[in-house]
Amino acid sequence: MVEWEVIRFSFFNLETLQEIWPMLWRGWLMTVQLCVAVVPLGFFAGTILATIYSLRIKSVNAALIVYVDFFRSVPPLVLLIYVTYGIPLLLGADIDAFVAVLFAFTLNSSSYFGEIVRAGIESIPKGQMEAARSTGLTTLQAMRYVILPQALKNVAPDLTSNTIELIKATSIASVVALPELLRMGRVAQGLVYNATPLIAVAVIYLIMLWPMVRLLSRLERRMMSSR
Amino acid sequence: MARVEPVVEALAIHKSFGDLEVLKGVNLTVAPQELVFIIGPSGSGKSTLLRCCNLLEEPSSGVVKITGEDITAAGVDINQVRQRIGMVFQSFNLYPHMSALGNVSLALRKVKKQPRAQAEAKAQEALERVGLAHKADAYPTELSGGQQQRVAIARAIAMEPDVMLFDEPTSALDPELVGSVLEVMRELRKSGMTMVVVSHEMRFARDAADRVLFMDAGMVVEEGPPDEVFGAPKHERTKAFLASVNGH
Amino acid sequence: MDVFLDEFFNAEVMLKYLPEIIDGFWVTLWLAFLVVVSGLTFGLGLALLRAYQNPVVNAAIILFVDLFRALPPLVIIIVGFFGLPFVGIRLSGFLISWLSLTCVLAAFTEEIYWAGITSVNKGQWEAARSTGLGFGGTLFFVVIPQAIRMTIPPLTNRTIAITKNTALASVVAVPEMLTVAQTSLAYAANTSPLTLAAAGYLLIFFPLTMLSRWIETRFAWKR
Repeated sequence: MVEWEVIRFSFFNLETLQEIWPMLWRGWLMTVQLCVAVVPLGFFAGTILATIYSLRIKSVNAALIVYVDFFRSVPPLVLLIYVTYGIPLLLGADIDAFVAVLFAFTLNSSSYFGEIVRAGIESIPKGQMEAARSTGLTTLQAMRYVILPQALKNVAPDLTSNTIELIKATSIASVVALPELLRMGRVAQGLVYNATPLIAVAVIYLIMLWPMVRLLSRLERRMMSSR
Repeated sequence: MARVEPVVEALAIHKSFGDLEVLKGVNLTVAPQELVFIIGPSGSGKSTLLRCCNLLEEPSSGVVKITGEDITAAGVDINQVRQRIGMVFQSFNLYPHMSALGNVSLALRKVKKQPRAQAEAKAQEALERVGLAHKADAYPTELSGGQQQRVAIARAIAMEPDVMLFDEPTSALDPELVGSVLEVMRELRKSGMTMVVVSHEMRFARDAADRVLFMDAGMVVEEGPPDEVFGAPKHERTKAFLASVNGH
Repeated sequence: MDVFLDEFFNAEVMLKYLPEIIDGFWVTLWLAFLVVVSGLTFGLGLALLRAYQNPVVNAAIILFVDLFRALPPLVIIIVGFFGLPFVGIRLSGFLISWLSLTCVLAAFTEEIYWAGITSVNKGQWEAARSTGLGFGGTLFFVVIPQAIRMTIPPLTNRTIAITKNTALASVVAVPEMLTVAQTSLAYAANTSPLTLAAAGYLLIFFPLTMLSRWIETRFAWKR
C-alpha cells in the first residue's frame, strides 16, 4: 500500500499537474505548430522528389537515391544537432531554433515521404501515363491529375504511418532546447521534483497519437483485404 | 486530280529496342476518312508502328507527319499534336479514380482549357455517341469491359481528333462484349472519322476497312483492299497467317 | 569555403578527437546490435503468441503494440531514466535505452510479422491441416516460410529506422558516439567531431539502407 502511495505521489500527482499545466499547454502548442509546419513541408518536398524521380533521368535519379539514402541513414538527432550548432557557427549569427528544427526535419522527412510516394507512383500501371499523354496532357499534368491521386491513395497507410513517426520525432527538438512538449515537461520536472510532468507528457502524446495508430491499423487491414 | 493531303504519313519508320529491330523501314499513309486495318502475327511490330504515330514510341529514324505537319521535327509541341490524334488501348487505361464523365472531360479541361461546364457538356455528348450517356457518373470498376472500352473511345473522340488509333481494342474483351465496341467503331467510320486499327477481328476488317496492311517481322509484306488481301493474298506469309487465323 | 571546411572538416580537430569517437562508435554498434537481436526476437515471440488467438493475451499484445507505436522513443527513454528513480528503480542509461528501443522495435515488428502470418491464404492452413499437420507444424513449415517473403522488406526498413534511435541514448548519458561528439564539440568549439560522428552513423546505416533498397526491388520483381 505504501508503494502505491509513492507511485501516486511521484507519477500521478494532481497538485503538481495543476501547478505545471500552463507550461505543458505552451509546450503542446509548440509541438502542434512544429507538426503543422513540418508534416506538409516534408510531404510536399517528398512528392516533388518522387515526381522528379519518375522522369527517369539517370544521373538525376542516382543523385536522388544518394540524397534519400543519406538522410535515411543519419539519425535525425545527429542531423538536428549538426544544423543547430553548425549553421550559427558557419554564418556567425544565431538562427531561430524553430527554423533550424524545420530545416533538419524537412531534409529527413522528405527522404522518407519521397520513398513512399515513389513506391506509390511505381504501383500505377504504365498505361495510365500513356493514356493521359495520348490525350495531350503534359507529363506534369498527367502526374497531377492522373498518377498522383491514384498513387497517394495506394500508399495512404504508409503516408499515415510516416506522419505518425514524424510527429513522434518532433520530440527530439527538446534536445536543442526548442520549448516543445517534451522540453517543457522536463523543465517542469526540474521545478517540482517528481515524475508527474513526464507521465503527463507521455499521456498527452498518447491522446494525440493513439487514435492515429488505431486508424493506421484499420487502413492497413483494409488495404490487405482489398488486394 | 489534286493530291489530297494525307492525315497520317509515316515514312521509313525504323524502331529498335536495344539490339532488337522491331520496325525495319515501314511506310504508312492514311487518307482523310480512310479506315486502314493492320494485321499480322504478334511481335510483327504493328502495335509499335501505331504507337510511333503519336510518338508514344519515339521512332529511331523516319518521319511522321500529321495533316502535313512533321511531328518528329525538333521543337514540335507534342501535346498540341496529340490532341488531334485519339488513341484507344487494348487495356482501356481508364483512370480508375474518376467517373466516366471525369475520364472524358479531363483533357478538355486541362489541355483545351475549357471551363468545367462546357467540358462536361462536351463529354456528355461524346458518351452519348458511344451509347453510355446513362453511365456518366459510373466509375470504371462499375462498368463491363465493353463499356469501359467505349468510355475510352469517348475520351478520345471528345477531343475531336483528326485521326483515331485503335491498338487491339477488343483483345481484352470477353467474346460477347466485342460486338458493342465494334458497333461504336462502325458508327465512327460512318461519321467520316479517319481510323487506323490494329486488330485480329478479321470479319470486321473485311466489312469496314478501306485498306488492309499485313505486317510481319517489322515490315509491311502486303497491302491492298480487303477483298484482295483476304480473298487472293499474293505472299506466302500472308497466306500462312490467314490460314492460321481462320483455322481457329 | 575556408570557413566551411574549417568549421565542419577541420583535420586537426578530427584527428584529436578520433580515438574517443571510435570508442563511442563501438558503444553505438553494440547497443544497436543488442536492440536488433532482442527487438526482432521479442517481436516474433509476440506474433507467434498472437497466433494462438487467446483473447486475453491478444488484447494485452495489442495494448503493448499500440502503446509503443504511439509513444515517441525519446519520451519512453526519458520517463525510464528520469521517472523510474522516483519509485526507487535506478537503471543505467544504457539499460534503459536498450529496453526502450527493444520494446519499440518489438511492437513494430510484431505488427509486421502478424500481417505476414495473416496474409497467407486460409486455404494454405486448411490444406496443411488436411494432410495431418498440427497447428505448430502448419505454422512453421507452411505459413511462416511464405510470410517471410512478404515481411522482409518492411522488416529491414523498420529495423533500420528504429535502430538509428540509439543516438537518443546520448540524452541519458550513455557514452555512445553522439554523446562523445557533443562533448568534443563543446571542448573544441568546432563542429568537426560531429562530422566524424555523422560519418560513423553513415558507416553503419548507409550500407544497411542500400541493402534494404536492394531487397525491396528484389522482392518486388518476384511478385
